[in-house]
Parts: sequence; structure tokens; C-alpha cells
Amino acid sequence: MSTPLLEIQGIHKRFGGLHALNDVGLSINAGEIYGLIGPNGAGKTTLFNVLTGLYQPDEGRFHFDGHDLFRKKPFVVVRSGIARTFQNIRLFANMTALENVMVGQHVRTRSGVIGAIFRHPRARAEEAAIKQRARELLEYVGIARRHDDLARNLSYGDQRRLEIARALATRPKLLALDEPAAGMNPSETEGLKKLMQKIRDDGVTILLIEHDVKLMMGLCDRIAVLDYGKKIAEGRPEQVKCDPRVIEAYLGVAPE
Amino acid sequence: MDIFIQQLINGLIVGSIYALIALGYTMVYGIMQLINFAHGEIVMIGAMVTITCINLLLDLGVQLPGPLLLLAGLLMAIPVSMLLGFTIERVAYRPLRRAPRLAPLITAIGLSIVLQQLAMLIWGRNYRPFPSILPTKVHDFYGAAITDLQIAIFILAFLLMGGLFFLIERTKLGRAMRATSQNPDVAGLMGVNINTVISMTFVIGSALGAVAGVMVAANYDQAHAYMGFMIGLKAFTAAVLGGIGNLAGAVVGGILLGLIESLGSGYLGDLTGGFLGSNYKDIFAFVVLIAVLIFRPSGLMGERVAERA
Repeated sequence: MSTPLLEIQGIHKRFGGLHALNDVGLSINAGEIYGLIGPNGAGKTTLFNVLTGLYQPDEGRFHFDGHDLFRKKPFVVVRSGIARTFQNIRLFANMTALENVMVGQHVRTRSGVIGAIFRHPRARAEEAAIKQRARELLEYVGIARRHDDLARNLSYGDQRRLEIARALATRPKLLALDEPAAGMNPSETEGLKKLMQKIRDDGVTILLIEHDVKLMMGLCDRIAVLDYGKKIAEGRPEQVKCDPRVIEAYLGVAPE
Repeated sequence: MDIFIQQLINGLIVGSIYALIALGYTMVYGIMQLINFAHGEIVMIGAMVTITCINLLLDLGVQLPGPLLLLAGLLMAIPVSMLLGFTIERVAYRPLRRAPRLAPLITAIGLSIVLQQLAMLIWGRNYRPFPSILPTKVHDFYGAAITDLQIAIFILAFLLMGGLFFLIERTKLGRAMRATSQNPDVAGLMGVNINTVISMTFVIGSALGAVAGVMVAANYDQAHAYMGFMIGLKAFTAAVLGGIGNLAGAVVGGILLGLIESLGSGYLGDLTGGFLGSNYKDIFAFVVLIAVLIFRPSGLMGERVAERA
């Protein structure tokens, strides 16, 4: 393995007096499923927001696939190949499942406003291709039957899958999933795990935040642990599980 | 009976004009939760530019049939209004995108006044008659009168609305507009250029407004610098009646308001025993506005505001 796909170093993010990220660095290799765990408030979602351009870090370095993404706007980050889902689902609730995925392809399509209005042949062909690709993605995540339903009418698990399909529509190299299994029952979680493995096998690297430690241990190639904005451990799941600092962060220290 | 049919026809025609203007209000509101009070002035400027353009062609001695002259005027007015709408958003609203909601609202009212005064400087304070270039032949429709112009207004209005719905529901730009209205941040994350979408919303709404302005001027045979105020308020009422932010609601609200106003004013004299005449027709719009705000603030087809998050 040569250079990592994503590499951040010395990332700091402060909100007023709160030091949400304190000198965080990590590197993710292409083809990995990389997990990020930590107690509530440890800074996991903040790190996600920094990695997807929603927050601008105060200091640090951020390289992805040959691009310098330090303090770049979200759509630049998306264009260079990082897509994400949200902890609290943020679909376009009043659009159909198919349309949600079609919007996701915006970043990869050419024809602009003029084409949309005058509908010359190339714009039409592109529109047809967008629709076809959207259908394929819905099929891929396993909700093809629901393509004409409004996003808000989908079940919770299907909404999560739709968010993944929409993120995949941007043709990412790295897919960042923020607690995708939250609120799922065990069989839905098992289905999600299979989906994530399939996505990885198809060449998309995955960065995953999750509370379900059992899921993480069985799925991730490497795991980083955040606590109070600092990375306290990193490594293979079985190493991380036994790390005393991790146990302390999750369970506290036994009183003397 | 023929009064009823007559007022019904008048109501449908005025209503379809209100609907066109109301669409401009509701599109902008849907995307950025802003009431663009300058929209009425865009309508007015569309009317004024058309009249000026037709008069200019007549002065130059251009021999063309009336409808073609009107078309020439319209083709001049539409780009002027589009450019105006684009500029207004760019100069006045964009810098206030992240400001508290009251700031752009006050700016909108200020802009409306500025544009009125500007129009008065250019075109004077008097009523400008609409050039008499159109056929005045009146058709008999079950005892009621209807002109070619009125038929044309009705058909054109619905063609334009159909075109808009196609644009919003079936094209990439429309999809980007709907995505932006539901969640601008996530739409931006998907690569939608929010600034372009907002600009296009203003441009499209202004084009519809310009056409509506010409319809008003042709239908009432006159235009003046203050006309945008009343027509704007009525169209705003129509948008609120239908549920602001909802496109179909704007159309329904516009037609309904036109009918209420027209039928109401037709029978106002009888209803009040001659105390109030049809010149009080404007009260209907405001009675409707007040009633909607009290009894159903979300409008007929509006969603509960709490659903936006």
C-alpha cells in the first residue's frame, strides 16, 4: 500500500472555549473499512463535518486522493470524491426516492440551466442516463421497488439505504457513514453490514461512525477511538478492544 | 344570470393573471422563505416597457398587425424584467442571505418603493393608456361578453403555468430547485449550485411577472407607476390563500381570488342595498387575506410550517 487515500494531520477545531478536535490525525487506505468510535461528545461528528467541508478546521492538513482539501467548500469536497450520510437522516422528504438519487448526480453532470430549459438532444440523453443510473443505485441498495414513493414515506431502514444510494450517486471514492445502523433492528443491521461489505468490494473506501461495537468489530479493518477531541487509540479491532485507554474512556476507571 | 356568467368569465381571466404573479411570490418564498415585495414592481415595469416599446414602433411608422406589435413589446419587456429580477436578488438579497429574516423583508419593501419612484421618474406620474392596437370585437358567450384578448390571456396564462410545472417537475433545474427549497445545505453538498438556483428562481418568476403585467395593462387599457402595489398585494394574497411556497396552491389561490373578487363586486351593490358599489372590489382581497391568516394560516394547500426543519 503506497500513499493513503485520505490523510489528515494536526486537525484542530474550536467552538469558542470548547476544543472539539485537538490535534487529530489519521490516514485511511484505499479499500478499507475504517471505523471511528468514541463516547458521546468525543468529536466524531465534528470530525465528519470537517472531512466533508461543512466545518472549516482551525489548523491542520487535509489531503485526499491528491487534492488539498483544507478549508474547501462542501461541493468541492464532494467533487473530489468524498460523500456522506447524516446521523439524523436528511433526505429531500417531499421528493421521490428516485429523484433524491438523481439530485445526488448533480455534481457529476454537465448540462446546465440552458439545457434544462431548451432540452437539446444531449441534455435529454444525459437526463435519461441520470435516471437509469438512479434506478441502478436503488436496485444496488435494495430498495428498487420503492422508487416512486416520497422519501418521507419510506421506512426508517429504507431511508438509511436511500441516503446511501444518494451518496453513492456522487461517485465517491470515500463514503462516510454517520451512524448508519442507529435505530435499526438486528436483521436490518445485518443487511446493512452486507451492503457495506458489497460497497467496499466494489471499490469504495468506507469511513464509519457507529455505536454498535459488535458491528464495528466484525466489519472494520481498522478502528480509531476519539475521546474529548483526541485520538486515544488506533489499530485493528482486536487491538483496540484491549487497549486500557479505550476501556477507561468507555467504562471509567475503577475506584481505588 | 348573464351577470353571473359575465363575472365568472371576468373572474377567471383576472384570476389567471393573479395566479401568474402569485407563482413569482411563492417560488421565491419556497426557496428562501422571503416575501419579495418588489415583485409587484417587476410586473409594473413589464407593463411599462411594453407600452413604451409599442408606442415607439408606432411612432416609427412600423406597419404591423396589433397582436404582432404586442408580441414585440412583450419580447422587450420579458428580458428587461428578468434582468431586473436577477439584479435585485444579486444586489439586495444575496448579501442578506444569512441575516435575520426581518432584514431582507424590510429591504424588499424599500426596493419596492425605490422601483416605484424610479418608474415615476422615467414614465411620469400619469396613467399611460395602452395603445389601441388590438381588435375590440366582442364575442357573445351565453349572454356574456368576451374579447379575443381575454381568451388569449386565459390560454397564454395556462400555457405558461403548464410550462413552469413541467420545468419544476421534469427537468434537472426543477429538481435542483425543489431540492434547494427542502434543504439548501444538503442540496449544496450534492453539488447543486445554490446561487444559480436562486438566481434562476428570480429570473423565471420575473419573466412570468412581466407577461402578467402586460396582461393587466392590456386588459384594463392602462398602466401606471403605482399599479404594482395593488396587483402585488392581491397576488400575494392569492399565494397565501393557496399556501405560500406551494406552486399548485398559487394557481388555485389566484383563480379563487379572481372569482371571489369578481363575483363579490358584481353583487356587492345588491348585497349592501346600494350602500357599496363595485368600485369597492378591492376589499375582497383583504377580507380573504385576513380570513386566511386567522383561520388557516398555512393556506388551502400549504403544509404545516413545523414540518420544515
